[in-house]
Amino acid sequence: MSVHATKELQAYWKENLVIIAVHLAIWFFVSFFCGIMIVDQLDAYMIGGFPLGFWFANQGSLVTFVVLITTYVFSMNHLDKKYDVHEG
Amino acid sequence: MSILTWTWILTGLSFALYIYIAIAARAKTTGDFYAAEQSVHPILNGMATGADWMSAASFISMAGLISFLGRDGSFYLMGWTGGYVLLAMLFGPYLRKYGKFTIPQFMGDRYYSNSIRVLSLLCAIFVSFTYVAGQMRGVGVVFSRFMGVSINMGVVVGMALVFFYATLGGMKGITYTQVAQYCVLIVAYLIPAIFISIQFTGNPIPQLGMGSQITAEGAAFLNDPSAQGKYMLEMLNGIQKDLGFAAYTSGQRPRIDVWFITMSLMIGTAGLPHILIRFFTVPKMRDARSSAGYALLFIALLYTTAPAIAVFARTNFVKSVHNVEYTKAPSWFKNWEKTGLVGWKDKNGDGIMQIAKGKWDDAKTKNEVKIDQDIMVLANPEIAKLPNWVVGLIGAGGLAAALSTAAGLLLVISAAISHDLMKAIVKPDMTEKEELWWARGAAGVAVCIAGLFGIYPPGFVAQVVAFAFGLAAASFFPCILMGIFNKKANKEGALVGMAVGIIFVAAYISYFKFVAPELNNKDHWWFGISPEGIGTVGAALNFICMWVVGKFTPEPPQEIQDLVGSLRYPGKLVVPPTSH
Repeated sequence: MSVHATKELQAYWKENLVIIAVHLAIWFFVSFFCGIMIVDQLDAYMIGGFPLGFWFANQGSLVTFVVLITTYVFSMNHLDKKYDVHEG
Repeated sequence: MSILTWTWILTGLSFALYIYIAIAARAKTTGDFYAAEQSVHPILNGMATGADWMSAASFISMAGLISFLGRDGSFYLMGWTGGYVLLAMLFGPYLRKYGKFTIPQFMGDRYYSNSIRVLSLLCAIFVSFTYVAGQMRGVGVVFSRFMGVSINMGVVVGMALVFFYATLGGMKGITYTQVAQYCVLIVAYLIPAIFISIQFTGNPIPQLGMGSQITAEGAAFLNDPSAQGKYMLEMLNGIQKDLGFAAYTSGQRPRIDVWFITMSLMIGTAGLPHILIRFFTVPKMRDARSSAGYALLFIALLYTTAPAIAVFARTNFVKSVHNVEYTKAPSWFKNWEKTGLVGWKDKNGDGIMQIAKGKWDDAKTKNEVKIDQDIMVLANPEIAKLPNWVVGLIGAGGLAAALSTAAGLLLVISAAISHDLMKAIVKPDMTEKEELWWARGAAGVAVCIAGLFGIYPPGFVAQVVAFAFGLAAASFFPCILMGIFNKKANKEGALVGMAVGIIFVAAYISYFKFVAPELNNKDHWWFGISPEGIGTVGAALNFICMWVVGKFTPEPPQEIQDLVGSLRYPGKLVVPPTSH
């Protein structure tokens, strides 16, 4: 059998791609940009006992990753309901 | 009770638990054996993924490695967690929708080609064996250091245990054992860290403690009244400077190299078969997304604690050893000296231990103290004078980390042989029962080979770990990504892309690790990218080849494009039947 995506489902996929792009942009920003590319510049600022760049590289990126997956899960669950494709 | 008694009790209890779970969760069908009947709750799958992921190296060596690397060590921290963001958004849910049992099978079906299936199964086996070699050795090492049995005896005990629950329970048995192993390893890792953080800074959260000020009690413990009120990192930077090292919070490696290594580890993580197959075990697409989230949360608990342990342990180690008379050395130093993880050579004959830059056994340097990276985790509780039961936990935790990762890898090898080689190509007409016997047999043989690697460790293991990530990054990651997100990605493109990616990465790493190791430094690397980071370039080449070759060769058949379309939506859309 062949499965042809309807217009609705194509819209669902497009929205999913936008959500992924936004999340990956933040993923890149905290780790590759703040944690590596501008880390020395950020180290000029302190939060508590942490130089800011060092904090992003050691802790901040990881915390952001966890938050990112959480918001992705919620956005997608919402999207599944909106397009009525949620499972069970 | 002594440390030895506590270690035996805690390890014995944890082993009894694993065996009980294995018997309770026997596999009856191939669906059970390969994918636990897709009935694993996402939180439990998250824990199992965490245990699968965190190996003997993560548990025992990582904090110590970071304590020597300072800020540069962050490529491990970001690189080994960031991949889960990719897994949650780009791979997990779609692989779950596909729902079949192995990565070579997905590759073969998606690219309608048995050659790709065989190439993928060879990659999967190579990557998994590379990884598993270190795990069995890790089991032996933990046994010998904490329980006084020989390394080989330890490997054999570990083999017997993994053999029992992997061949009996398959994915189902492994999953529920891994849940228990996660709990053991995370408790064993966090408790000493929490104790030490309180001891130094009064803050019970180690992640915050490493950025807090040292309390009066902490200063007393360090035997340095001037430390009171200083920030932990400020204190360590000062110590490093006094010893002639660079500041702990500064980076030494070129940033381009750190960037490429981080990327290579991230996309390598997302391309590792033993992690990818975990997404086949949950009931629904949305469970695949949330279980990636839980997995990362559980992993990040350990990975954010590791840099804190690195900071506390390094400070503590230097303070309790540097400029101390050997006759007055703390008892843990002499205990661990027997294992060869620490050592002292009195070069200037003053009877005092001095730490400095350089190798301890090189007469030209002033450094007199040998510090193995593993000591930072293994001896950490003793250095911090924690109760004996906390020290005993470390042994059980290290074993849990090594055994859980070994089991996950062995399952990939077993499924590659029984499902992708025997059932799909050599003997397609065999019954499910026969296939299950092949799966169990392959798992058994793989355990024995892994055990041999543990008893006779090939000297190149450390070198080839870069291979595992580089290969996963350059072969699986681009092909799976394009397979899901580009309907037009075709067989010819994937074949050329994979071949180019694998050959490039293998050649670059072999050249610098085996052919000309003396040139393995940043003056000779291409664009300053080390062999550890070259997987990123390999992946990029794979993408480019797939795209270019795909432009000039026929599109995939319509039913494949429909299959790809159906992967993208949850719900009732049916996956068209595939060739087998």
